[in-house]
Amino acid sequence: MTGDFAVWVYLSRTPLLWLTVTLLAYAVADRIATATNRHPVANPVLIAIALTAAVLEVTHTPYGTYFEGAQFVHFLLGPATVALAFPLYEYRATVLRALAPMLAALAVGSVVALTSALTLGHLLGVPREVIVSLAPKSVTTGVAMGIAQTLGGDPTLAAVLVMLTGMTGGILVTPLMNALRIRDMRARGFAAGLAAHGVGTARAFQVDVVAGAFAGIALGLNAFLTAMLAPIAVSFLK
Amino acid sequence: MIVGLTLILAAQLLGEVLARLTGIPVPGPVIGMALMLAFLVVRDRYARAAARILPNPLVDGQLETTGRGLLANLSLLFVPAGAGIVGRLDVLAVNGVALAIIVVVSTLTTLAATAFTFVWVARRLRMGEGA
Repeated sequence: MTGDFAVWVYLSRTPLLWLTVTLLAYAVADRIATATNRHPVANPVLIAIALTAAVLEVTHTPYGTYFEGAQFVHFLLGPATVALAFPLYEYRATVLRALAPMLAALAVGSVVALTSALTLGHLLGVPREVIVSLAPKSVTTGVAMGIAQTLGGDPTLAAVLVMLTGMTGGILVTPLMNALRIRDMRARGFAAGLAAHGVGTARAFQVDVVAGAFAGIALGLNAFLTAMLAPIAVSFLK
Repeated sequence: MIVGLTLILAAQLLGEVLARLTGIPVPGPVIGMALMLAFLVVRDRYARAAARILPNPLVDGQLETTGRGLLANLSLLFVPAGAGIVGRLDVLAVNGVALAIIVVVSTLTTLAATAFTFVWVARRLRMGEGA
């Protein structure tokens, strides 16, 4: 065994290497995002994922090996979700005043997300089991996989579509809202969290704390409502 | 930081347990968020008693600082799952183009519909108040 190879064997067996790679990819991505003045296209999540995936591809590292290190970062998603309570509490007066607009936007947004996906899928001739996996695409991954599975879809496909939706929403929300001349940060944040779950929420926090707080509420409420509505919506499919 | 993190983890833990016991389709961490919110409300409602009973880091702002630190780097936390998705893009092979169109169009429509509804209802209510 040559020296270099021994080092590689050591590194590929500890969580240290892949944890470092994840953080490094994010640090680079964040620098790029900052350098472009947080331009929506320079989405740090997207860049960091691309960099990490490229490293895995080049080194022929199986995802399981990578995840042993990266799981420490992944784990923090749960605590970070709990931490959404802090901005929510800080801006509770603002949130309570916007209760009616929030509930209306939740109902409309959730129904539009479901029906637009199902209708487009139907029109484009996508098979039923694929459409079913598409239904919960705006909802946070864990819930979306559960919904897809219950309705007879493919949970892995659902997870991929959820992530793609998150990226799409995170990148497009700012240009879209600017084009539509919607300047209300509460509305912008709420839409980002509802349509693009955590990734949209992360984008909202980069723009504005109030937007982030509203995104967090939308994420939680829409997970609940979509789980209720998806089985009903899917039953309309032939 | 440790005391704050402990409370955050405890809220998530309790949330996960409640989610499983009740079977409601809400992720454990989201229930944890609601529990944390309830904690903050009760803590500040009975601020005097809280200051006496609770450990200092939970009342002097350290808890909030820990939470904000987590949220400041929310984007980072999606990297491991996202990197896994890249390896599974093969599931898109068959209906790839259709799915890409659906994801983009549906996401844009949802964003616009949600934001417009929010703004419209907020404006209607303001007009009602002003009258």
